[in-house]
Amino acid sequence: MRTPPTISLLHDPRWRGAIWQVALAVIVGFLLWEAADNAMSNMRARGIPTNFDFWNRTAGFDINQTLISYSAVSTYGRAFWVGLINTLVVAGIGIVLATVIGFVIGVMRLSTNLLARSFASVYVEALRNIPLLLQLLFWYNAILVPLPAPRGSLSMSSITLSLPDTATLVVSAIAAGAAFAAWRLSLRFASIVTALGVAVALMALLFGALSFVGQSGGGMLHFADHLGVYLNNRGLFIPEPQFGAGSEWVLLAFGLGIALSLGYGVYARARQMRTGKQSPVLLVSMCLLVALPLIAFEASGRPLAFAFPVLRGFNFQGGMRISPEFVALTLGLVLYTAAFIAETVRSGIQAVAKGQGEAAAALGLRQGLTLRLVVLPQAMRVIIPPLTNQYLNLTKNSSLAVFIGYPDLVQVFAGTVLNQTGAAVQVIAVTMVVYLALSLLTSMLMALYNRRMALAER
Amino acid sequence: MSFVRTIPSAPLPPPVEARGAVLWLRQNLLSGPFSALFTFSACAALLWLVPQLWHYFVADAVLSSPDGQACRQPGAGMCWSFIANKMEFFLYSSYPRDQVWRVNSCLVSGAVLITWLLWPSARSKRLGGALFFLVYPVACFWLLHGFEALSLRTVPTNLWGGIFVSLLVSLVGIVVSLPGGILLALGRRSQLPVVRFVSTLFIEFVRGVPFITVLFMANTMLPLFVPENWSPDRLVRPLIGVSLFASAYMAEVVRGGLQAMDKGQYEGAQALGLTWWQMMRLIILPQALTTVIPGIVNTFIGLFKDTTLVAVVGIADFLRTVETARLDPAWAGPTISTSGYVFAGLFYFVFCYGMARYSLLMERRLSSGRKR
Repeated sequence: MRTPPTISLLHDPRWRGAIWQVALAVIVGFLLWEAADNAMSNMRARGIPTNFDFWNRTAGFDINQTLISYSAVSTYGRAFWVGLINTLVVAGIGIVLATVIGFVIGVMRLSTNLLARSFASVYVEALRNIPLLLQLLFWYNAILVPLPAPRGSLSMSSITLSLPDTATLVVSAIAAGAAFAAWRLSLRFASIVTALGVAVALMALLFGALSFVGQSGGGMLHFADHLGVYLNNRGLFIPEPQFGAGSEWVLLAFGLGIALSLGYGVYARARQMRTGKQSPVLLVSMCLLVALPLIAFEASGRPLAFAFPVLRGFNFQGGMRISPEFVALTLGLVLYTAAFIAETVRSGIQAVAKGQGEAAAALGLRQGLTLRLVVLPQAMRVIIPPLTNQYLNLTKNSSLAVFIGYPDLVQVFAGTVLNQTGAAVQVIAVTMVVYLALSLLTSMLMALYNRRMALAER
Repeated sequence: MSFVRTIPSAPLPPPVEARGAVLWLRQNLLSGPFSALFTFSACAALLWLVPQLWHYFVADAVLSSPDGQACRQPGAGMCWSFIANKMEFFLYSSYPRDQVWRVNSCLVSGAVLITWLLWPSARSKRLGGALFFLVYPVACFWLLHGFEALSLRTVPTNLWGGIFVSLLVSLVGIVVSLPGGILLALGRRSQLPVVRFVSTLFIEFVRGVPFITVLFMANTMLPLFVPENWSPDRLVRPLIGVSLFASAYMAEVVRGGLQAMDKGQYEGAQALGLTWWQMMRLIILPQALTTVIPGIVNTFIGLFKDTTLVAVVGIADFLRTVETARLDPAWAGPTISTSGYVFAGLFYFVFCYGMARYSLLMERRLSSGRKR
């Protein structure tokens, strides 16, 4: 029997690995220890606080958007929560809007319509290739800040629409009839006629509805007095809903509507599995969700009033104000992220085998149904991981708020609080931990959702 | 009993014939009611939009007006004379004007080297790569910063700014992030648990936080972490932040390439008796990096766009100079801000879109060998 040849320890893979690892651990440990040691002595030398005592001290500065009670006498800890909530608000609203716009643009990129396709391409290429910061500065400094002062507010009254009411109805009726006839008879240029008809009918109906809401004679509309929406350099002013006694019944009815439509959905699914018969789930749940609260609203004596913003002196009083910083940040984030989501959606749809769409068409499904029932559910599996990434990017990018003065976590906490307390290490560490936690949370939620979607796989 | 047809039914009419322009119209603009509706509304929107753009960029644009008087007229469009007047400031910010030849020579030599490296059929790219990644950064640093022995006077970094600093920051990010990202990716795929843990921790940490906080960290915490007299220069701090950030993102791209490699490649290399480093250098990385060229270029594009954020730690990059210039009271006017932003947008768009097109081109060239 031969003894295995002895090799030097330096050439034994196991020992080599161990040496590499010990060396790395020693270097990293040494760097960390050295950094901590230096930081302590440097901070002591410069009189920088090394603990979290500042957390409960009075902040002494104001924040222009607070969703929880906050004033200059609140603590730094409270300022942290205000900033965090502002970040979450902008990220939440941004994610919802960016998803909607992104899916629409992504589907448009694959449209058969040349103009829709080109529009989507131009949108994606233009917004993806320009830095988000530049876009934010543009929306804020070039569009929102130069808006007129409150006295010259932009409002719907600057748009005056006129169309006689009876003519509206007649035109819309004729147009709708023509559209329907063209559709049924499939005339040579049926699609053009249909489209024209639908367009005219929609426009006519819109004008008709507007003149009804406006309740002004002859269809001349001065809308602002009724809508109470104003845009000026102080922000966007909208009416504030004020809920009276009994509005909890409306909420209850809405909750009941949700529960019932969920139940109906489960029932409809079971029934389809059993008998193969489909039920109008969407219609029924829409009815439940709208009708139940509406009945409760009427029954409890319409417990809703609006506080309209009114111009007093140099600014508006009453109503709700949405700051221009918030508008600019949301707009910039949404449009920028939507471009990336659109690309994700496009590649996801293209990843679905072409035969799937053809098979659906062979079964007689229309284009919209094919997309909704066959292609998108399969594309979602490809889309979700990069989509999660985009959501995280949007949340992280909301820190660009610091450039336009929206009071998010970075602007309030890593900006003002850091400057006032000088506790650089603690403040930056807390900020980073918050973003890391948000990232982990989002990835966890999306992983859960992903698992549910992936179950359908073979 | 059920009805049984005994005579054949009349044939259906043939499908409507269409060819040429009509067919094209039907397929591309009028394929259905919604499509047609979109076409009409889009045409209406274009009829409104195109004249507006025409007026802003061409008909009403102010080409030359040294004092900016014409830009303040009501109805004036894009103020090109503002751009022309501020061009030097956009390029060099406060860099001493009698020394800008140093910046220019750096920019020109950089452009030559990059063209050499990117030109598909250029020769001796190895030499070009060595020059670009090793010689060029050092030479440019001495040239820009100053070298007393060659009677180049020192220009402190607080005078640096403008387009050349934007390019410098992205260049440093690119030069550091490629090797850094490769090392981190190899570390993350390593068999050694400590190496894997450290790499993963670093990558996930940096990718989980916003770039701004990395910059803040580099700017305020880095000087605390090193001994007092080692405190890095104010321009070097964000450069360190950019390098760390870009390396972490690059690492994930490279890891994707490594994971996409066929296992047989590793086994084949090992069967040949190559060491781990030889295997990586000669077999795995050349193939893995080619497959992820689009991802690498995307990271570069993201990095180039993200350089705008260094303004938050007080570096006067291109966008910051635009911000300063548009607030110049001598040029105050309603169209100045828009003009500045439009110009900056065009600048970034040309660079990023160019990079994206180049990556597409390379992708097609490289995949042609793999297609059968």
